[in-house]
Amino acid sequence: MRRTTTDDAPREPDDRRRLRFRRAPATGPAARPPSVIPAGGARRRRDPLGRAPLVLVVPAALAVLLLVVPLITMVLATDPASLVAALGSAAVRDALWLSVVTSTAAIAICLVLGLPLAWVLARVDFPGRRLVRSLVIVPMVLPPVVAGIALRTAFGRSGFLGAPLLDLTGFAFPYTTWGVVLAHVFVALPFVVISTEGGLRAAGAGYDDAAATLGASRWLTFRRVTVPLALPGIAAALVLGWARSLGEFGATITFNGNYPGVTQTMPILVYVERQADTDAVLALSLVMLVVSVGVLVALRDRWLVTA
Amino acid sequence: MSGGGGPGGLLARLSVPGRLDVELTAEPGDVVAVVGPNGAGKTTLVQALAGLQPAAGAVRLGGADLTALPPQARHVGVVFQDRRLFPHLSALQNVAFGPRTRGVGAGPARDIARDWLDRLGVGDLAGRRPGELSGGQAQRVAIARALATDPALLLLDEPFTGLDVGVAAALRIELAGHLRDYAGVTVLVTHDAIDALTLATRVAVLDGGRLAQSGSPHEVAARPRTEHVARLVGLNVIREGDHFRAFPPSAVTVSVHEPDGSARNRWPGTVRSAAPHGDAVRLQVHGDHQLIADVTPAATRELGLTPGRRVWLSVKETAIATY
Repeated sequence: MRRTTTDDAPREPDDRRRLRFRRAPATGPAARPPSVIPAGGARRRRDPLGRAPLVLVVPAALAVLLLVVPLITMVLATDPASLVAALGSAAVRDALWLSVVTSTAAIAICLVLGLPLAWVLARVDFPGRRLVRSLVIVPMVLPPVVAGIALRTAFGRSGFLGAPLLDLTGFAFPYTTWGVVLAHVFVALPFVVISTEGGLRAAGAGYDDAAATLGASRWLTFRRVTVPLALPGIAAALVLGWARSLGEFGATITFNGNYPGVTQTMPILVYVERQADTDAVLALSLVMLVVSVGVLVALRDRWLVTA
Repeated sequence: MSGGGGPGGLLARLSVPGRLDVELTAEPGDVVAVVGPNGAGKTTLVQALAGLQPAAGAVRLGGADLTALPPQARHVGVVFQDRRLFPHLSALQNVAFGPRTRGVGAGPARDIARDWLDRLGVGDLAGRRPGELSGGQAQRVAIARALATDPALLLLDEPFTGLDVGVAAALRIELAGHLRDYAGVTVLVTHDAIDALTLATRVAVLDGGRLAQSGSPHEVAARPRTEHVARLVGLNVIREGDHFRAFPPSAVTVSVHEPDGSARNRWPGTVRSAAPHGDAVRLQVHGDHQLIADVTPAATRELGLTPGRRVWLSVKETAIATY
């Protein structure tokens, strides 16, 4: 999914590029022959700079353990029988279904709203662009509970937008499945926008120029060139946003409470069950872990490959 | 360039503050080679003609005023330096893209594309993606894509850059044929003297964003007015007031002591580089002027002509062309 910004035909069967490397080694770190840089899966060579120092390797190993050990212990502590039982329970199936439906609805809304915003941020040079991007990122770093409170002031029954909405339509977001979707959109949209913008930038504005000289309007270019080229980035952004949405807890419970079948998503069910039934909680958590690992696998080309 | 810009021709006066300030005219069928050192404004000129770079001034093409038009409405074909073939589309779809956006139906657009790919000798690669093409093949597709929209102005930005020498030579010969058949104006940005001499009907030399010289390829090559073009055609050129004095590097005599003779045609300097050039060794000597001199390998050894060596260059008056 990595993409160079130019399409300087990479598979040209010529030796010029390599020859140039040999004949005129550039100065600076880039001058190291490419074969020394370990590529994923390729055979490792000894680093000519020497062994990695222990003072860095030991903390690095501790960091890995810190991240991995709790997950392994959770898997080991889970009783397979209770996992089957948990998956059979109506409450779990309802919560899982609700999580999947609300997260999917949220990500659809994120696509419809977020892709245009990402395009504007990536392609339109307007005053205040940096400010807008900063504002978009804020919900990403905001504590989710605070996000829930913020949503209540805007969309609550007596909120700034919620009150007139209630007067006009009789509908209010809080404590409804739509409220869950709204909370999910609020927390997932920043991830989708920023990640998609990266994908659009990587796709290269140069192709937009080429399309324009061929007579394509900006809308046509967006549909025929920009989006197809950025598709891997857009897909990754959506998967990321979906995963963020699936794990959403703080904003959802603050804004929507905990009503089984209506607002009780998987993370909320895990939270309310955490003391009552340890086996069930472990089983539920394992389900979430499997889903998360699945997301990671879906994104592996993007994050697990570094060049 | 005088005499151009008639009906069907190109008349462009373009300025981009700090980067470009040129007037360019050409008749239909003209191939204008734009040469100049890096940063001279060549690519800026191409971008401004295509409407991709905002520029003050005016562009008239075939009697139509393009100045206020966006790139989409200019009907200008561009072959970008980095080609910019759409990587997600096949060669055929790339070439059909222009006709399709200009309202040609899917079937006829494919026929046009296939025809252009055939003309450029890559018809058998129609189904391949740009990533599956060699540099030379991709450049042919890029040229086909630009020509398939039937533009009145064709802009080629360094079309042979990054190609193997043999591939570039073959493409240069073919392109010469296509440009002869092409009725519109071609602007060819190049850093290679051979492009200017073999493909162009006119040469425009850019330096520091301005037009330093223009004329027929022969005039410009014989009487270069910029150091850059002098280097391209392998001449030394010295400016004296309003005149230019040019002489070939083979006419230069190199000595380690101050030579006798006319004081006017000798210059002290330091050898900067010495590299094989045909049967001779070409020296770059920097002093008041940057000069090149061809000496025999034997002389190079005997005189110790290595970088850093102080030398005197002299040249007979009869070997100098003054203009």
